[in-house]
Amino acid sequence: MKNPIKRYFPIFVMPTLLAFAVAFLIPFVLGFILSFTEFRTVSDATFVGLENYIIALRDDSTFLPSLWFTVKFAVVSVITINVIAFLLALMLTRTVPGTSLFRTVFFMPNLIGGIVLGYIWQVIINGVLYNFNYSITSNANFGFWGLIILMNWQMIGYMMIIYIAGIQNIPTDILEAARVDGAGALTILRKITIPSVMPSITICLFLTITNSFKLFDQNLALTAGAPANKTQMVALDIYNTFYSRTGFEGVGQAKAVIFFIIVAIIALAQLKFTRGKEVES
Amino acid sequence: MNIKLLDKLLFILLIIMSAIFIFPVFIVLINSFKLKFSIASAPFLLPTRDTFTGFDNYIEGIKNTGFPAALGWSLFITVFSVLAIIVFTSMTAWYITRVKSIFNSLLYYALVFSMIVPFQMVMFTMSKTANVLRLDNPIGIIIIYLGFGAGLSVFMFSGFIKTVPLTIEEAATIDGCNTLEVFWRVVFPILKPTAITVAILNTMWIWNDYLLPYLVIGNDYKTIPIAVQYLKGGYGSVDMGAMMAMLVLSIIPVVVFYLSCQKYIIKGVASGAVKG
Amino acid sequence: MKLRITSLLTALLCLLAGIGLTGCRGKDKSEVYFLNFKPESASVYEELAKLYKEETGVSVKVVTAAANNYEQTLKSEIAKSSAPTIFQVNGPVGYDAWKDYCLDLKDSKLYSFLTDDSLAIKEDGGVYAIPYVVEGYGIIYNDAIMKKYFALPNKKTDINTAEEIDSFEKLKAVAEDMTANLSALGIKGVFASTSLSSGEDWRWQTHLLNIPLYRELFDKDNNADVSLAMLDTKEITHKYSKNFENIFDLYINNSVTPKTLLGSKSVADSMAEFALGEAAMVQNGNWAWSQISGVKGNTVKETDIKMLPIYMGIEGEKGQGICIGTENYFAINKNASEEQQKNSLAFLEWLFSSETGKKYVTEKLGFITPFNTFSETELPNDPLAKEISRYMADDSVKNIPWAFTAFPSDAFKKEVGSALLDYVQGEKKWEDVKKIITDKWKSERG
Repeated sequence: MKNPIKRYFPIFVMPTLLAFAVAFLIPFVLGFILSFTEFRTVSDATFVGLENYIIALRDDSTFLPSLWFTVKFAVVSVITINVIAFLLALMLTRTVPGTSLFRTVFFMPNLIGGIVLGYIWQVIINGVLYNFNYSITSNANFGFWGLIILMNWQMIGYMMIIYIAGIQNIPTDILEAARVDGAGALTILRKITIPSVMPSITICLFLTITNSFKLFDQNLALTAGAPANKTQMVALDIYNTFYSRTGFEGVGQAKAVIFFIIVAIIALAQLKFTRGKEVES
Repeated sequence: MNIKLLDKLLFILLIIMSAIFIFPVFIVLINSFKLKFSIASAPFLLPTRDTFTGFDNYIEGIKNTGFPAALGWSLFITVFSVLAIIVFTSMTAWYITRVKSIFNSLLYYALVFSMIVPFQMVMFTMSKTANVLRLDNPIGIIIIYLGFGAGLSVFMFSGFIKTVPLTIEEAATIDGCNTLEVFWRVVFPILKPTAITVAILNTMWIWNDYLLPYLVIGNDYKTIPIAVQYLKGGYGSVDMGAMMAMLVLSIIPVVVFYLSCQKYIIKGVASGAVKG
Repeated sequence: MKLRITSLLTALLCLLAGIGLTGCRGKDKSEVYFLNFKPESASVYEELAKLYKEETGVSVKVVTAAANNYEQTLKSEIAKSSAPTIFQVNGPVGYDAWKDYCLDLKDSKLYSFLTDDSLAIKEDGGVYAIPYVVEGYGIIYNDAIMKKYFALPNKKTDINTAEEIDSFEKLKAVAEDMTANLSALGIKGVFASTSLSSGEDWRWQTHLLNIPLYRELFDKDNNADVSLAMLDTKEITHKYSKNFENIFDLYINNSVTPKTLLGSKSVADSMAEFALGEAAMVQNGNWAWSQISGVKGNTVKETDIKMLPIYMGIEGEKGQGICIGTENYFAINKNASEEQQKNSLAFLEWLFSSETGKKYVTEKLGFITPFNTFSETELPNDPLAKEISRYMADDSVKNIPWAFTAFPSDAFKKEVGSALLDYVQGEKKWEDVKKIITDKWKSERG
């Protein structure tokens, strides 16, 4: 039978498809091609093979350090955010008064934009360090932990909401049964709660990892890479290579391709890994 | 262990945590009423008679950033982009879920794929494309947002549509509705909870987005994040007072939005995540 | 219900149509688009654009790049369909990056206005960029504080006026003795903060470094055309590294701000310190006047603002003047329509030769121009510009040209700035800074 919906392709799909092509598909393909060329404004591109990639990985003094900085940042922030968010979720699913008010408060920072967040924390961190004659740009460690605190402040509420939804989905009769069997709080947590919220853990890990890797606005506003590009994350490094160094547009684009491949691999590996875990349990 | 006591301790702990979460916003608020030179060195002090400046910082900041215009552009771009995303991606999601073809599943995977690509990968080529097609204005950027938001939105709508039984649609078709009517009268009302989630996630993203609007329209039209960042770069140094005032002004709409649709936002975020 | 759906769709179609229409709306093809480099002059240029429109009917769109974002803004703007028609390059290196966009100006009136046509950037007989302002920098000092020091009863130096400081030894002796008497002088430090936050370090990695590198070049060939010779320099030895250290250490050891905080300071911070009388000296140029005069509650009097040469102990520095040159050159976009090019040039010519334009240039922009359309009395009246004119007219001193416009790249300067910050924070030794300067010079030039 002929599907009557088919005729409606121009109305149902065309607008999205066109916009998607303009905003993503064409730029993506172009970006990939340009990473093998030297160019200033696209029309003047000349093919240079893998040269941009070689420069990015071998001669460039900021790319690998910024990548390493990003990895360290991602590891620390993913762990802290998820642990704290999970603990808060556990607390807020107990019979504590005012849970919805607490939830409101914890989630609020998530709605504030990265640029604004960056400046808020810059004032506070500099205010503390000022007493010791330091500022956030005095030492790369200050910038690193500043970014971690900022990221925690922003993301904990979001992840907490997801964990709460997961915990609330656990059927109460299972918990009852476990208690009747004399299982302690820790055992319940380990044997029932954590396995049951595995889907939430998957999504939270996915969100925190990708967000940590792609962090840009917060980095730009809080430290802008100072001191000496030592707190510069990959996204900012690519941006700076692209827009502040004439003649390095191709290298910037090559860095972007490498960055994309890394993010894609992490996302896929991580999804596969945690999905596997879910099946086991 | 005494459960009551534990809950009391937890309650106190939660209160402390809440205070920590609210503290930064509070600091920005009090500093927005202080003289600019008394902010950097002592941000934690309340304004005193010597350091209190009333609304001077607000006046200065609004003058330097053109804040009212920025607020207008942010509202315009966010509202219309989110509307366009809801209308078009829900239709697309329904179509490609219901009509099986190689093209449609390719499109679906391309859309999902776009979700993991970092923006830096396309930042230059996208702004260049937008310029060539004359989309570098507040209306054109809506199309860019539709294209960029399509990945997540189609993905979420499709996830939900898969659970909607076909029989409802078939019944409507037999009743003589054409496909458009079937979608808008039968399917879309069922999709409403997902639509709210999609709207909220996209609102949060577009309202706060900095780099995309900066590259596409930033020199002619400033949204709020661009205006705040311009305050930093545009005048050689930061006027801390004006900066604090602008931070407060940019947080206010967010807080209003949050408090008025809190229920939807928290639900939306939770259900958005579970579907992912 | 049916009606609502149809009306919704109609509305959407209208929206789409609207998008199509605005998308196709042609832009004004005669409009002048001036991408301004100097944020401090933004409002003046906007005023000028309005005046010009009233006078001639030609509209001039002024866009000002955020500080330190000019290259970035130019790069994204020039790729657009309505690209800037007037933009600026910062000397031969900047020209090299943008040469594909520079129109040949050899037949323009603007070029004929130049008092010394060797100042323009030329290649193969064409003239591609024209300087529009001459600037100078040195150590700006507040004479009121200096006089207070010279009147101190426990003063350890035998110097009695600021003009007597004519060598690094004397500068150092005075600065260190002043540091010993901070409270008596009522200041927080001798020198205003050595600003080293990102994008705020150009006074050191560019302006200060100009002197030792220029002297090195001068030692090799004292007759060379400075910027060309600098461009040809593939490698440097940085033999005056020690002298660079001398002056840099003097700045940071006698500063208003402890070393650990210098990485968070901006140029405007240090100009505010000077304006508020917290510091006696600050290294900067005449463009800083607007910053000094714009600080609320400033205490420094116009008549007390003077400028000293930057001494660093290089042999034969007696009689050295301040650093004078330009890094501000106008270029016209070759790819703009012919009418836009014509209008753009007409606007610039109006700016630098009409009565109204000249009045704005000297009084509001505060430019000392290299154009013969300005008479000797048509000079800006601020104290720093007067100091520049004084040094330019003084035949007994030898001013130092701006060789830094031929430094290899922005990346070179940024790396040097980062190294200086590391040095200040104790993470690098001066030897490392020297090595970075020579290594980066080689790699960026290559």
